[in-house]
Amino acid sequence: MLRLKKLAKTYRTGDKALRDVDLEVPTGQVLALIGPSGAGKSTMIRCINRLVEPTGGEVWVDDLEITRLGAGALRRARRQMGMIFQEYALVERLTVMENVLSGRLGYVGFWRSFARKYPQHDVDEAFRLLDRVGLLHMADKRADELSGGQRQRVGICRALIQNPKLLLVDEPTASLDPKTSRQIMRLICELCEERGLAAIINIHDVALAQMFVSRVVGLRAGAIEFDGPPEALTSDVLTTIYGEEDWEATIRKVDDDEDVPAPDFEGAE
Amino acid sequence: MPVSERNGTQVWQRRTQGESLVRWFGWLIGVAVFLYCWQQISDATTWFFVWDAPRIAGDIWERATPPRWEYITQLGRPIWDTLNIATLGTLIALCLAVPVAFLAARNTTPSALFIRPLALLIIVSTRSINSLIWALLLIAIIGPGVFAGVVAIAIRSIGFCAKLLYEAIEEIDHTQVEAITATGASRWQVMAYGIVPQILPAFAGIAVFRWDINIRESTVLGLVGAGGIGLQLQASLNVLAWPQVSLILLVILAAVILSEWVSAKVRGAII
Amino acid sequence: MSGTIAHRELGDLLGRQWRKPPFIRNPWLRWALLIGSFGYLVAAFATIEVNWSRVYEGLERGGQFVLAFTSPDFVSRGADIWKGMMESIVMTVAASVVGIAISIPIGLGAARNIAPLPVYLVCRAIVAISRALQEIIVAILLVAIFGFGPLAGFLTLSFATIGFLSKLLAEDIEAMDRAQAEAIRASGARWLQWINYGVQPQVLPRLIGLSMYRVDINFRESAILGLVGAGGIGATLNTAFDRYEYDTAAAILLLIIGIVMALEYLSGIIRAKVQ
Repeated sequence: MLRLKKLAKTYRTGDKALRDVDLEVPTGQVLALIGPSGAGKSTMIRCINRLVEPTGGEVWVDDLEITRLGAGALRRARRQMGMIFQEYALVERLTVMENVLSGRLGYVGFWRSFARKYPQHDVDEAFRLLDRVGLLHMADKRADELSGGQRQRVGICRALIQNPKLLLVDEPTASLDPKTSRQIMRLICELCEERGLAAIINIHDVALAQMFVSRVVGLRAGAIEFDGPPEALTSDVLTTIYGEEDWEATIRKVDDDEDVPAPDFEGAE
Repeated sequence: MPVSERNGTQVWQRRTQGESLVRWFGWLIGVAVFLYCWQQISDATTWFFVWDAPRIAGDIWERATPPRWEYITQLGRPIWDTLNIATLGTLIALCLAVPVAFLAARNTTPSALFIRPLALLIIVSTRSINSLIWALLLIAIIGPGVFAGVVAIAIRSIGFCAKLLYEAIEEIDHTQVEAITATGASRWQVMAYGIVPQILPAFAGIAVFRWDINIRESTVLGLVGAGGIGLQLQASLNVLAWPQVSLILLVILAAVILSEWVSAKVRGAII
Repeated sequence: MSGTIAHRELGDLLGRQWRKPPFIRNPWLRWALLIGSFGYLVAAFATIEVNWSRVYEGLERGGQFVLAFTSPDFVSRGADIWKGMMESIVMTVAASVVGIAISIPIGLGAARNIAPLPVYLVCRAIVAISRALQEIIVAILLVAIFGFGPLAGFLTLSFATIGFLSKLLAEDIEAMDRAQAEAIRASGARWLQWINYGVQPQVLPRLIGLSMYRVDINFRESAILGLVGAGGIGATLNTAFDRYEYDTAAAILLLIIGIVMALEYLSGIIRAKVQ
């Protein structure tokens, strides 16, 4: 469903953020992308929907090559890729409902969106999604009145209302407390399964990644160092990705987490 | 080194000798420049009048009090004109300042090489020149009257509003814009959803702030013939009708205080 | 509608129109404001008398003026321009120095956290008067009292500087970090020592920045004081407009813009240095 071929990004400063990355993500697979800060995780996600222009290689979504698209075609392609951000990136002075509906911007014309006259099925879908994440009663609140976890759930709604085939998720839990982090990760993974979405989740919390996903890709200095199931993440592997450190505690934490109600697909462990 | 050895003991000084010397020299030049300027002013002054000033001031005060209260009936229309000059001028200025600000802000300008310097030039040139001078210029071009006043206020305010607005645009949170772009929104939709909501409070604050200043400025535009209450002030001064002058000054003072109060209230409500 | 939000169920909302909640909740107030402002605009536009034929004639002159910027004439009135500019600069420098010097004690006095109440009230009153009176009106009065010439302009600008700078300085002092000032006081410092060590270091950088900004404003204002006979380039500029000498006027305006830009650049450097 998503294929990256020799994807490369060199910034104008000369920093090589991505070095010829090859990756294939089948439909419905949730993939965690781990790696130290500056390894190119954010760049890779942003190169897929061209918020950052890649300097080389190809991005294929089904049969569409993204990197050569013109402005209009790129916008149509972006509609198929929902994105969720680290600091939620809600437009803070708009209401929750407007934020969710802004996910439909690629589908409606300018004046319609400007007058906030969205088609009825979009409005219904927005209400359904808000109900699904438990924020229906917040619909007319302004986004900056919400807590971090609530904001991220609105961000998820905004990505899902695009009706995407693929979710690009950039550090969804970095600004959240541990409990909310798990709730958000569980919600993202559940929704992906409900809708059969593929997802790439950037995450720096290795233990959290292992709990929820079926495949982990480790990035280091712009190149893939590891690609496999979460159980295969040994301390040797972590050392190659992150460098020398005592990893036992990190890995063991996963086993200690049994008191947390486990989502149904975590049974692989 | 501020710590030096002298006669075997350590002496701490705030600055080294060289630094102190430079500072003293700087102060010396400053004082000399100031004295020169004062000399120039003094040379151009007839000191006889200055020594006579207390008497003249007393004389004017005596003639100006009490104000001619009944003159206020003739001030209704000039006050209305003054309000219109300030309000319409501000509205026109805002309409023109918004595009200029978007062209001048680093993160929204279409071309940092050609269009941005042009927008900055518009901002600095309209801002550097006082509205009275714009009024003089416009009166020479389109004739005296309220219209010239409105245009003068509008032109003067473009640079002011655009400067504050483009600084606000440059400070917006970029990830919110990125998020809207990622949904596949068009350029204008990104503007309407990602940028405009973020700068709206700043915009409202700037508008009210400038309106307050414009009320002040439009009260004196009439001195050069651009309409408003300043016309009456000029006419009264020409015939040395001091009781009328004092009444007009009181009205202007009231207008200024009132506009400051209104703008403070509105800003409080918005932000 | 707004009161029932908490009890809404998904089923109630599906198929219903959604509207952005209005900025002003009260519909009466909202409509009154809308209609009121619309009515005002109509009335305002209706009462402006525009002589369109005069404006149309003026467009040509406006074009000439814009063209004059491409060939400004610094020479034929060179002596007048030089004299007026020097007078403006001299007034700016002298008034800024005196104004800043006076506004420091008044600013200290107008800060509630360091000044006793009677001093505070007196200083605040001075600030209020200075801010409420426009430069140009003050200039008219001072010209009437002291006669024509740069002295009236100098006094006007000094007076205006006091209102501007004292207010901002006082606000800055009121917003300063208490703990630092208390620490100095705790060492047994006298009042002046306390100001010197506890207050001055906190507010000095901003004071310098504001002073530079005020110098900039003073120069711009000095360009109009000539219109009422208080000295400076304004008189020359006025004459140039009266005689329709657009090329000379353009030259003067370019000089003003140039000097303002230079001052802004300079103040940027100085501000970066003191912070």
